Amino acid sequence: MKISRSPWLLHYDASSCNGCDIEVLAATTPLYDVERFGIINTGNPKHADILVITGGVNAQSANVVKQIYSQMPDPKVVIAAGICACDGGIFKDCYNISGGTDTVIPVDIYVPGCAVRPEALIDGVIKAVALLDQKRKEAVEHASCQVDFSKRPAK
Amino acid sequence: MATRSVVPFGPQHPVLPEPIHLDLVLEDEKVVEAIPSIGFIHRGLEKLVEKKDFNEMVYVAERTCGICSFGHGYGYVDAVEHIMNIEVPERAQYLRTILFEMSRLHSHLLWLGLLADAFGFESLFMDTWRIREQILNMFEEATGGRVIFSINKIGGLRKDIPNEMLLSFVDRLDGIEKETRVAAKSFLEDSAVKSRLCGVGILTAKEAEELGCCGPMLRASGIRRDTRELGYGAYDDLDLHITTSNKGDSYARTEVRLGEIFQSIDLIKQAVKKIPDGPFDTPVKGFPNGEYMSRIEQPRGEACYYVKANGTKFVTRMRIRTPTFANIPALTKILQGCDMADVPIMIVTIDPCISCTER
Repeated sequence: MKISRSPWLLHYDASSCNGCDIEVLAATTPLYDVERFGIINTGNPKHADILVITGGVNAQSANVVKQIYSQMPDPKVVIAAGICACDGGIFKDCYNISGGTDTVIPVDIYVPGCAVRPEALIDGVIKAVALLDQKRKEAVEHASCQVDFSKRPAK
Repeated sequence: MATRSVVPFGPQHPVLPEPIHLDLVLEDEKVVEAIPSIGFIHRGLEKLVEKKDFNEMVYVAERTCGICSFGHGYGYVDAVEHIMNIEVPERAQYLRTILFEMSRLHSHLLWLGLLADAFGFESLFMDTWRIREQILNMFEEATGGRVIFSINKIGGLRKDIPNEMLLSFVDRLDGIEKETRVAAKSFLEDSAVKSRLCGVGILTAKEAEELGCCGPMLRASGIRRDTRELGYGAYDDLDLHITTSNKGDSYARTEVRLGEIFQSIDLIKQAVKKIPDGPFDTPVKGFPNGEYMSRIEQPRGEACYYVKANGTKFVTRMRIRTPTFANIPALTKILQGCDMADVPIMIVTIDPCISCTER
């Protein structure tokens, strides 16, 4: 697959046990090294294209997740990393967990696992990149100015 | 006259892998007061004892935190075993000790990486995490999991770790030790690193004692206290040297944690030499009835596990006191009077584990 741009990641821990968080970080460090594809873990929602949420959502983190999501520029892709982010996982029955990330914001890609393996996460990110490209194309098609960014001047 | 302003810090912040929120009251660039507010990762897992039986709770206890997962499982299992008067085989005790020390190694290396990231030395961050991956590979070989192992069960371990594998671990630990010594040189001798750490966040022995700190935080302030000295597991048979420092600043905390890395490697080597052959598991009959509080030394300090049972399938109460909970008062103390630019380093040096604290 051809990656046309360098998407930046934003990671937020909604109520994870840390297991998935350190695996998300481990995916950026030398053994797995997603940074070689230009994928950088940023801290600023305004810079991010892909939002990675770990852990189920609770009453207090729901607002933070919504806020981060709304601050990210369009087009954006949301990855739910780990089984807790997908549907609540082992903590589904806890009184303070309202369920997976999709109870608060729309999720595009679900990556299960407890904890999520870096390989699985990379696979999810690659799917997210393809989706991001598709969303970008659609956005351009629907834009009122109708500028075709895909046609670049021939060299 | 200095202007007062309140700066919200977190819950989403580049330096924080986990959400914690601090309201920093500033007078110009100096922090006057730090007011923490927590609850972003509260799940309420202690109440799950009503829905999961005492065997299933091992998995839940392990998922209190993904960094010290082995320790949490161990603490819960230890408490239940004491209630049920189960004699755990010697080999299982040794294997648990080895896995526990490996968890400490991976936790401290992870912390060193986060610290390097906090003071802006990214290649050092990458290097320590590269070293850490070798330990995760060892975990994966032994247990099948990288961060959550689920190898503990009440009465022993779920599977044995063969002696040949343990010996190969010792070989690989030699390599890890060598690589960590190189990284340690950057942490302890690099002048740029020293200027970010020395004298930052000083906590005196008296303050540490009064605020009830534990773990490396306490030992870096010159108080020699370590729960491993109680001799649970196989620690009774091993030669334990406790690393302390009396400077009490961020540099001392780095020094203590680096010392503990080498000490853990030494403990694993001793344990592999002494490990007896035999069974690694005992059958468990009946349900627990009674109460017990188990204390263990986690990478971040002393953790307590209280379990109360009434003879049914479900435990009536489980309560965990985590080390970060004890260290947060110290964090608010050292933040008073520091520069705004030092705040990320201060937060990282207590090695916060928010998901343990809030559960």
